[in-house]
Amino acid sequence: MRAMVYRGPYRIRVQEKDRPSIEHPNDAIVRVTRAAICGSDLHLYHGMMPDTRVGTTFGHEFIGVVDEVGPSVRNLRPDDRVMVPFNIFCGSCFYCARGLYSNCHNVNPNATAVGGIYGYSHTCGGYDGGQAEYVRVPFADVGPSIIPEWMADDDAVMLTDALATGYFGAQLGDIVEGDVVVVFGAGPVGLYAAKSAWLMGAGRVIVIDHLDYRLEKAASFAHAETYNFAEYDDIVVHLKKITDHLGADVAIDAVGAEADGNLLQHVTAAKLKLQGGSPVALNWAIDSVRKGGTISVMGAYGPMFSAVKFGDAMNKGLTLRTNQCPVKRQWPRLFEHIRNGYLKPSDIITHRIPLEHIAEAYHIFSAKLDGCIKPLIVPNTA
Amino acid sequence: MPYTPDKPPLARSSDQLRARIPGWGVDLDPKDRPSVPRERFDPEHTGAHWQFPERQPERQPRERSIEHKFLTPVFGTSCPPRGLSGVMRRYAYRTYSEGRAAHWLLLLAADRVDTAESTLRSLVTRRPDNPVTETGVRSEFSHHGLASRTRGRRADRVHHPLDPIVVAAPWLLAGGLVYAGVRRITRHRRG
Ligand SMILES: NC(=O)c1ccc[n+]([C@@H]2O[C@H](COP(=O)([O-])OP(=O)(O)OC[C@H]3O[C@@H](n4cnc5c(N)ncnc54)[C@H](O)[C@@H]3O)[C@@H](O)[C@H]2O)c1
Ligand SMILES: [Zn+2]
Ligand SMILES: [Zn+2]
Repeated sequence: MRAMVYRGPYRIRVQEKDRPSIEHPNDAIVRVTRAAICGSDLHLYHGMMPDTRVGTTFGHEFIGVVDEVGPSVRNLRPDDRVMVPFNIFCGSCFYCARGLYSNCHNVNPNATAVGGIYGYSHTCGGYDGGQAEYVRVPFADVGPSIIPEWMADDDAVMLTDALATGYFGAQLGDIVEGDVVVVFGAGPVGLYAAKSAWLMGAGRVIVIDHLDYRLEKAASFAHAETYNFAEYDDIVVHLKKITDHLGADVAIDAVGAEADGNLLQHVTAAKLKLQGGSPVALNWAIDSVRKGGTISVMGAYGPMFSAVKFGDAMNKGLTLRTNQCPVKRQWPRLFEHIRNGYLKPSDIITHRIPLEHIAEAYHIFSAKLDGCIKPLIVPNTA
Repeated sequence: MPYTPDKPPLARSSDQLRARIPGWGVDLDPKDRPSVPRERFDPEHTGAHWQFPERQPERQPRERSIEHKFLTPVFGTSCPPRGLSGVMRRYAYRTYSEGRAAHWLLLLAADRVDTAESTLRSLVTRRPDNPVTETGVRSEFSHHGLASRTRGRRADRVHHPLDPIVVAAPWLLAGGLVYAGVRRITRHRRG
């Protein structure tokens, strides 16, 4: 089969690879019909995530058609159209039993701090991902769901990570009616988080980024008030000024490990790999939220230490809420929101690129060229 | 103002927002939010029909965190460790827990070694690594590279020049070493 393969930082190619096989009785093999590239993939692509091995296939956002099932699979059959959450999870461990699917303890031998994720390095379990023609899907009775008849494929693929994560991020903010919510990052996760904040009753939603074309999307898609941090000397002071010096009630970090806005932080993290991530947006969140406020961290950081301003978080009595999104838990409610027309996930898709040209897709998305917000990857066999 | 008791007033009331923004407030009640409360004990409805999953066969020794009691019943089998990077990775897993910086620094170092080893290995295959096609840099020309980078104020513009250096560094280093080696040999012959 054809699959994207990592060759080293900033380098990927498409090559022939063995088709995955059933390795466990509850595995399924899924033929991928659509995949996407996530901001998280960029952390791998830039060589920031420890134990990212040359030869690995990335991709944790994908949908497809069941091709083969293992002997113990009951809920799926060949030819079912399925959407697959980015989390790999067993459904029966201490964490899964409590709905914490992203924290499953039975799927990642390499680390106990993080669960299993498709195509997300050995630190997340050493699974190959879905930017390929076929992918192995463990725990087929637990993870995937059949795509409802009425749902468009483009919406379904957004539900496998970005939309669920943005919606989850807003929930971790514990928003109450009239809250002022500031979202750092106008990528897919930030856009969906901003949109979701309204569903939870926010009174004002502010989005911060430095890419004007993404801020324009935040205004049109998520009805947000937007500011380009590159135009301000100090965005924290600006946020204080526009909130009558109180600060926002809730801040959402939808940026993560490669945040810009402080060259030293960015270069030591993203280029030199001397810290787990560049916590610029997280530090801005800490400093711009009001005392007693809540910070929801959706941005991903590496497992090493990062230079976070913890003292301010402590002195301000902040609540820090974090996690990888337990995707499947979000689905029933998100399905309703899509059906009711409150959310139109595919609105943020900007590019549709054949698997054979995935190296270009990564470059475009990574360097933020051509107005790119969310690129889809389509295999030949789709 | 934080200096007085009341919250600053909002520009738009809830009713105005509800009228303008589709779905405003439909999840106002935390009971409608799927991840509230965070933990909800419900092992019957996950689809799992086991208490503990069957074990996937371990066909080759699988490295694991020493914070785990045993090898997890299911695991990924992509890219087993090999070469010098494999030795480093195995050592990092065997020796240090996830709490130790040495664990992660060794794994990161192994990643760099893996890239070098794999690039060298590719040179003796029918498909050597190609830094031009693999970086996707051709899209600079097909997808408005320059215009995208120069439009508006982008905070990342200052470090864009570092990207080609990160990519080219191993190649330049290797090229330099080969060049130095060849010169030495030719000089030696002449001398
Ligand atoms: N928790 C989860 O389950 C989960 C799931 C998906 C993605 N993520 C993480 O969420 C983050 C965002 O993902 P994405 O797909 O939207 O990525 P993305 O790269 O498209 O978006 C990140 C955005 O942040 C902007 N940005 C950079 N520095 C900033 C700063 N200091 N302040 C404000 N904005 C800044 C960038 O310009 C960009 O628009 C990533 O770190 C990703 O790994 C987490
Ligand atoms: Zn993701
Ligand atoms: Zn589990």
